[in-house]
Amino acid sequence: MSDTPAQNVAFVRTSEIPPSPPPTRETGAIKWIRENLFSGWFNTILTLIALYLVISIVSGAAPWFYNGVWEADSIRECRDILAGKTGACFAVLVDRWDHLVFGFKYPQDAYWRPLVAFLLLLVAAAPALFGKIFPRKMLILTAIYPFLAYWLIWGGTLWLPVLVAGSIVATGLVFRLVEGMAVNMRQILAGVVGLLFGLGLAWLLFKGAAELVFIASNIGGSGLSVIPYAVFWAAGIFTYVCVIPMGIFVGYAIYQSAEDGGLVTIVTALFAIYIMLAYLLGPVSGAFNSIIPLELQAVPSRDMGGFMLCMILGTVCVTLSVPLGIVLALGRQSHMPLIKGVCVVFIEFVRGVPLITLLFVANVMLAYFLPPETSFDLILRVIIMITMFSSAYIAEVIRGGLAALPKGQYEAANSLGLNYVQATRLIILPQALKISIPGIVNVAVGLFKDTTLVSVISMFDIVGMIRGPIQQSTDWISIYWEVYGFAALLFFVVCYSISQYSQWLERQLQTDHR
Amino acid sequence: MAEAAKLQVSDEVAITIHNMNKWYGTFHVLRDIDLTVQRGERIVICGPSGSGKSTLIRCINALEEHQAGSIEVDGTLLSSDLKNIDKIRSEVGMCFQHFNLFPHLTILENLTLAPIWVRKTPKKEAEEVAMHYLEKVKIPDQADKYPGQLSGGQQQRVAIARSLCMKPRIMLFDEPTSALDPEMIKEVLDTMIELAEEGMTMLCVTHEMGFARQVANRVIFMDEGQIVEQNEPEAFFLTPKSDRTKLFLSQILGH
Repeated sequence: MSDTPAQNVAFVRTSEIPPSPPPTRETGAIKWIRENLFSGWFNTILTLIALYLVISIVSGAAPWFYNGVWEADSIRECRDILAGKTGACFAVLVDRWDHLVFGFKYPQDAYWRPLVAFLLLLVAAAPALFGKIFPRKMLILTAIYPFLAYWLIWGGTLWLPVLVAGSIVATGLVFRLVEGMAVNMRQILAGVVGLLFGLGLAWLLFKGAAELVFIASNIGGSGLSVIPYAVFWAAGIFTYVCVIPMGIFVGYAIYQSAEDGGLVTIVTALFAIYIMLAYLLGPVSGAFNSIIPLELQAVPSRDMGGFMLCMILGTVCVTLSVPLGIVLALGRQSHMPLIKGVCVVFIEFVRGVPLITLLFVANVMLAYFLPPETSFDLILRVIIMITMFSSAYIAEVIRGGLAALPKGQYEAANSLGLNYVQATRLIILPQALKISIPGIVNVAVGLFKDTTLVSVISMFDIVGMIRGPIQQSTDWISIYWEVYGFAALLFFVVCYSISQYSQWLERQLQTDHR
Repeated sequence: MAEAAKLQVSDEVAITIHNMNKWYGTFHVLRDIDLTVQRGERIVICGPSGSGKSTLIRCINALEEHQAGSIEVDGTLLSSDLKNIDKIRSEVGMCFQHFNLFPHLTILENLTLAPIWVRKTPKKEAEEVAMHYLEKVKIPDQADKYPGQLSGGQQQRVAIARSLCMKPRIMLFDEPTSALDPEMIKEVLDTMIELAEEGMTMLCVTHEMGFARQVANRVIFMDEGQIVEQNEPEAFFLTPKSDRTKLFLSQILGH
């Protein structure tokens, strides 16, 4: 300030300069307009051009909305009412809204069910998405929701989802039980489970080998197909050779793990859930249902359609592919060659194949590979394929997040004595996932829009619905803007919400206060 | 003060390193390291950069793997057995040059995390212990802030408190003051001196020779992966034996 002598070298400050507010600037709308729109001759010209464009687009499109016909039975009637004027034929939305939203085969008197499921989705997702606002106990709702939603949308007996949920809980209890067992008890258990699992694996491999040889013989060894023929034969023989050693190896590994739990605990829990799902579920739920029938009209997967189908696929696949992506990303970082190899091959293979190809495989090819008597629900097959596809992408996004963490974080966690699972769950993943949010949301939004690809395997999602039953009906032939605009609006609302949510989440998780 | 503290060294052995060797690829970083640390002993390890001093103390809690020889910490032999490693790590505290606090957790959460998950301490008790150590490092008022909001010196003191919350029997310091401004170095060193006076077994890699003089029982000088010279601080600084040590001391004390 003024007491700083410019000519002298020696200087001692005697008074402190008080902090003062920054220079006040004039504020208000006029100031803003002048600064942002008319700050120079070039920007003024740009502003005027932009203004002209906006006005001409709005004035061109306005009559289309303004003259829109909301009540008509067909596109011809629309045209008669418009009598040559520009105007939309929104009547198609009024006439076919239910098909666009639920598909054309979903029973009309059951429309309330997906609607309730959707409203409950908002309730169930809230505690998971806005963890800081809602009490933790509300997460129970989130856990119950998938079973409830399945029952509402697909119908059938309530006992089925209830028992599946029950089996999952029971599996958790089995896990706890084995974990808490005395070592000598666990040794006996490990012996039995190891033997069973070893035999089971050997049997599965045996069947698999037979399947591979069966495929090889179907391909036949003539001409160009000699290479796949040889590959399948070789794989089949390799599997045959593996059967017994693999069974012994895995069984022995389980037996060996008796002392500190680990493998035997997990395998026993898996056994428990397999037995419950495969042998107990059907008869028990049937029995319960005959005593207390809690049934809704069953709707087969083929009858799902419209935007509802997109929502089902989108929510289920996003929720499944994030955890799967995390597992794959961690697996890819593993030091164990087998785990790392499996993850790398999976990710690279899935990323190298277009989604449509996978969907065709789900629709057509899977039936060739599976034994003839198995029937796999179509939506389930599609869910598996889309989840596989997006989880590979999410895995790579998360791997980026993991790579961005300084090595010191791993070292600090290790030096405190946290084991791998604790360090990953408490230190590494929270930070890596935070970095990965934009990437994960990117994949999620892309996935949600990609659900419309199921229309190519003749499922009637909203796009399939428009292209098929609506545009090809005699009433609404060649109607484009109105229906596609409606679809775009629905997708925009969902995708924009996802993107806004992710930005909010990023702000919430910001702890560096830069 | 320092003299009185030095008397506390007991006959009990805390760490035994025998004939330990380590290679990075073909580069021989640590050669035939033999070192016995008594309980309550405070050792300062110094040496030029790349001499293997950080690697040596990082081997003690298995952040680096050694390829030959043996390391025994508190009677537990360090092997590739994960159980042994986790046991040793929970007994040995470590502070890093770049603090390595967990940026997504508050200071209090940083401190209570390991006691809650590794020691299975109830949350309330862990928080009380954490507040006790935060008071000890003189920043209890920062408990609810995030590491990013603290100065470097404060962060390093939090890092020390975080290790202490695990009630370690041995503390390792890997150049704890090298990333700090001169003003902050003092506050961290004061904390370390206080710790030393309480009889904590400490191994410090540091270039703070004043600190070495004041608190160390023994100064170890390393070069090219070997222990070149070790002695009591007085003798080490006044009458170094090896030419390499003399050169090093003249370089760091000469300006």
